[in-house]
Amino acid sequence: MTRPSRGLIALSSVLLVALWGASCRGAPPEVRVGSKKFTESVVLGEILTQVMRSTGTRVEHRVQLGGTQVLWHALLAGEIDVYPEYTGTIREDILRETPPGEGDDSLRRALVARGVGMSDFLGFEDSYALGMSERDAARLGVTRVSDLRGLPRLRLAFSEEFLHRRDGWPALRKRYGLPQTEVRSLDHDLAYRALAAGDIDVIDLYTTDAEIPYYHMRTLADDLGHFPSYRAVILYRLDLPGRAASALASLSVLEGRIAASDMQRLNARVKLERLPEPVVAAAFLASALGMEEEAGGESRARRIGRYVAEHLALVTASLSAAILVGIPLGVAAARRRRLGAAILAVAGIIQTIPSLALLVLMIPLLGIGALPAVAALFFYSVLPIVRGTVTGLAVIPGGLIESADVLGLSSSARLLKVELPLASPSIMAGIQTSAVINVGTATLGALIGAGGLGQPILTGIRLDDLSVILEGAVPAALLALLVQALFAGLGRLVIPKGLRLRPDS
Amino acid sequence: MTPPFNSPIIELRGVVKRYGSVEALKATTLSLRAGVSVLLGPTGSGKSTLLRLLIGLSRPSSGEVLLWGQPLDPRTIGPLRRRLGYVIQEGGLFPHMTAAANVTLAARYFGWDVGRIERRLDELIELTHFPRAAMARFPTQLSGGQRQRVSLMRALMLGPELLLLDEPLGALDPMIRAELRTDLREIFRVLRQTVVLVTHDLVEAEFFADSIVLLRDGDVVQQGPLQELVEQPAEAFVTRFIQAQSRPGAPR
Repeated sequence: MTRPSRGLIALSSVLLVALWGASCRGAPPEVRVGSKKFTESVVLGEILTQVMRSTGTRVEHRVQLGGTQVLWHALLAGEIDVYPEYTGTIREDILRETPPGEGDDSLRRALVARGVGMSDFLGFEDSYALGMSERDAARLGVTRVSDLRGLPRLRLAFSEEFLHRRDGWPALRKRYGLPQTEVRSLDHDLAYRALAAGDIDVIDLYTTDAEIPYYHMRTLADDLGHFPSYRAVILYRLDLPGRAASALASLSVLEGRIAASDMQRLNARVKLERLPEPVVAAAFLASALGMEEEAGGESRARRIGRYVAEHLALVTASLSAAILVGIPLGVAAARRRRLGAAILAVAGIIQTIPSLALLVLMIPLLGIGALPAVAALFFYSVLPIVRGTVTGLAVIPGGLIESADVLGLSSSARLLKVELPLASPSIMAGIQTSAVINVGTATLGALIGAGGLGQPILTGIRLDDLSVILEGAVPAALLALLVQALFAGLGRLVIPKGLRLRPDS
Repeated sequence: MTPPFNSPIIELRGVVKRYGSVEALKATTLSLRAGVSVLLGPTGSGKSTLLRLLIGLSRPSSGEVLLWGQPLDPRTIGPLRRRLGYVIQEGGLFPHMTAAANVTLAARYFGWDVGRIERRLDELIELTHFPRAAMARFPTQLSGGQRQRVSLMRALMLGPELLLLDEPLGALDPMIRAELRTDLREIFRVLRQTVVLVTHDLVEAEFFADSIVLLRDGDVVQQGPLQELVEQPAEAFVTRFIQAQSRPGAPR
């Protein structure tokens, strides 16, 4: 009976080594900067990071974490310390109430009550606007948002965030009395391309978008003054001055120094010239502020290696937890039918939650970063393992269980020596399914700051750069194949030989 | 404590087994003594139910089962089971273990040392005429007759005082069946153990039995040597059953 136990040892040592590797990381950062998942935010985040690093502080930039809500809650939870934001977003999306008084001081007071500080104005405004192609706009004679009233057949596409903002589409439509009914939700980075391809006519845009000149867009005037002012500022935790006073103070050099034209040019250098954000940020700091800062350029191979390591850490941590929990749960479910039905029902419901939603649900509980991603992946991985265990145990012929009983084996000995070995092919199949799902789903972890191979995919979509997408997609696909092969190999160790023989061979 | 000579090994006192509203075994009081007892009856007569009750694989709905004078209950079932061996229908071998591992599982579990296990294995291989080389094979690599012999060795490994067999020849083809039948009788004779064997086949019963328990529809119709069943049938069914199976070419 050495076989299954040897297999178990092999399996658990593989998992332990992987976990140990995952836990080995460098010294913790003193300040963590966050950025949203659009280029301007990433560039600004990189500028903040490099300015603070120049004071000798260890700064980590957690790139493209997600939308406003993710960043705001991460700031409140202390997952990040600093991130760039816009006054209009603070007013409409974060405070969700109009603080008394119109000026920035009223915002500042409302934020202080929540433990958050706000810097002075950085120098540019990046407001929402509607845009059309110059050609269509000229043909239809549209210059202002009001002009859209007479064109009910236009096809509109807005970012998900714009569709749900207080000052977004529903309010805009009411304010201007717009008649259009064909309104789609579309990622902002894809919207320009869809518009250029002629699939849609009107999109929402940010006034500093690099694509406005590139795609020959016309920005429609907000003639009723619907959109509030979106002036760029820095938000930081009020406990930061106590921890990293000099780093925070260094950021004041940026106040009033970034003009709208600067920002549009920086966006263009990243999105259109395909330069990495650290390089663009460093060049701006050198030319505009005279700062000498080496942007740590990372080779492609090293970068991919880091993504793969992060990805594997997510997968191994969540999968080993799922195995350790899933098999005992499966045994319990097989032993007690009603408990089993309950376990499978709950696990099934979790499985039906869209993975993105599950990831976001984890944020209020566990913050951002690897931990919530591991937790979400764990929940996804558990069901196939539980189901594999339950099925494997259920199909064991009753006569074999009775034989074990009559031989005098205790129920735990029966489980270890008879039931689990007999169920092992089904359990291993469940683990294999989990592992492959896990490797794929882990790419979404990048959305909440967990890193991994989703990071380049996200960046590539944002930059419309296929080669960057492939940096994530190709290793992810290879990893899935590798994991499949690994578990097929492990199956050979874990599944007893007698079960792998064909009858009468 | 040795029971007095020829006292009952197995006793059933008013045992009833119900599955839902179906009485698989009607109120039965029965004693089985040393020697080979055969539980005989057509399919669905309750003979397998009776065997399962004897080894505690199912619990009586009412009444009491006693082994060696001790009532069989959850508290006593562990120690009592170590004194009996069971050959399940179709063998019930663990497919993930070799023949040797199947046979020695219980001995290893109860902590026998290697030398003792080896010696016992040698005795059993000789007793059952099993090819030694085949001990390293897995059940799927053995013939039906070999599987039954492995199952028998497994049941005998710990040296039980009572051996129970559920249709041990059921799934075998006629040549192997005849060969194993002869070997089994020889084994029973050598071991001088108390044996309870379930079958629906009168020829088999006649071949093995010191005493027959004939069942029909969950009822014990008659108990005694075959000759007694033939000469003093308790009711017309006994004669009908015997005549049906004695006729040449009768279906089994």
